[in-house]
Amino acid sequence: MANDVLIPTPLRAYVGKQDVVQVDGETVGELLQNLTAKYSELQNHLYNEDGRLRSFVNVYLNDDDIRYLQKEDTPVAEGDTISIVPSVAGGTGSVATGLSR
Amino acid sequence: MTLSNEEVARYSRHLIMPEVGMDGQLKLKAASVLCIGAGGLGSPVAMYLAAAGVGRIGIVDFDVVDHSNLQRQVIHTTLDVGRSKLDSARDRLNALNPEVKVETHDVALSSENALDLLAGYDIIVDGTDNFPTRYLVNDACVILGKPNVYGSIFRFEGQASVFATKDGPCYRCLYPEPPPPGLVPSCAEGGVLGILPGVIGTIQATEAVKLIIGVGEPLVNRFMIYDALRMRFRELKLRRDPECPVCGDNPTVTELIDYEQFCGITPALSVAEPAAGVETTVEELKTRLDRADGVFILDVREPQEFQICRIPSSTLIPLGDLPDRLVELEGRDDMVVHCKSGARSAKAVKLLHKAGFVKAKNLRGGILAWIDGVDPSLPKY
Repeated sequence: MANDVLIPTPLRAYVGKQDVVQVDGETVGELLQNLTAKYSELQNHLYNEDGRLRSFVNVYLNDDDIRYLQKEDTPVAEGDTISIVPSVAGGTGSVATGLSR
Repeated sequence: MTLSNEEVARYSRHLIMPEVGMDGQLKLKAASVLCIGAGGLGSPVAMYLAAAGVGRIGIVDFDVVDHSNLQRQVIHTTLDVGRSKLDSARDRLNALNPEVKVETHDVALSSENALDLLAGYDIIVDGTDNFPTRYLVNDACVILGKPNVYGSIFRFEGQASVFATKDGPCYRCLYPEPPPPGLVPSCAEGGVLGILPGVIGTIQATEAVKLIIGVGEPLVNRFMIYDALRMRFRELKLRRDPECPVCGDNPTVTELIDYEQFCGITPALSVAEPAAGVETTVEELKTRLDRADGVFILDVREPQEFQICRIPSSTLIPLGDLPDRLVELEGRDDMVVHCKSGARSAKAVKLLHKAGFVKAKNLRGGILAWIDGVDPSLPKY
């Protein structure tokens, strides 16, 4: 069973420029592991050195934040959509280096 | 407070709607909104709020209008290029609606001035473009108890929500920490569809007006994501985090902090000096090209940037493709690498050195320095 994972614009470069990727997994965690196994460059953007999801990357099962479900153990059913939603600073489209405007 | 006959005529399409009516229009007239930034998002926000009759509009900015702003910052015109964004925005808003009081604040928002500045307004609209200011605005809004109407944009995708209301979450409930500077998109991945801030900014203006009038269902506890390419809006649920350090049940952040430090931006990091011998200048490169000494110029920008301008005889391999295309560089020991302004090419040079191209040098200042120092006929972007 494969589920749709919606990839946000800033991370599309690491999944061959796709905006939706189909991945298998019984839980959200398993599904994300399979995703990063397939697209290794994503690993560093989704997980920190301790293997935990980064705090500026939120993962949603349908419209719900997995932090308020069972986190990465949240079971995935057929037809569920997983969204990766990182924080985006941009307001004018200039380079988000932090200090520049 | 009442409306003059001129104001009744101006706002008649509001006044005849029961959801706004005279009461709502008077609420708008009595209200004040602070726009942080007069850029892509701030332009439609300030213009629509002025047109709607918000009595007092504040704008914070310290930037100057540039040609590259005009593709999306519709409050400014070609004639304004070179003027301060505040002067330009004030003129435009006064022309649009002289009934509205426009207040300009020519400062960079900081932990020192934010509370005083924000305290003077009912609602804050966040149209900034960097993480330190995002977190600063959020925390100041929570501390002051002011709604923070949030919007952000990137390429073809935008986000909007209303944070820091009495019962709703704040930005930190959603994202407790910012990404480290190394993981934010580089300029190769920058750019924005000019219309995108129009869509997100008008959502922000709509939410500000709804909050003022007190109608409808505000964008609280909800996060709106707009994808312009697919023309699709998605709505995600948000919750206030009881453990949030700012708006939680036992807040640990009760005053403003150093947001650049919080976002991992240190002076040492932003002005890191490259090792000696790794860089070359545009003047040196020009001399070598004139001498035709066989120097190989590698451009690591993206194809769309290469189309805008290029250094003669350069070869394009975008930074992202470089690891897989090193074989094409065999025998090119004497190599100068450049990008737009030098950051991507510095990464490329590191990669090349590791791969054995030990003589590869980074062109300081990139093609922008080349245009300034060697060939001003090329277009800048």
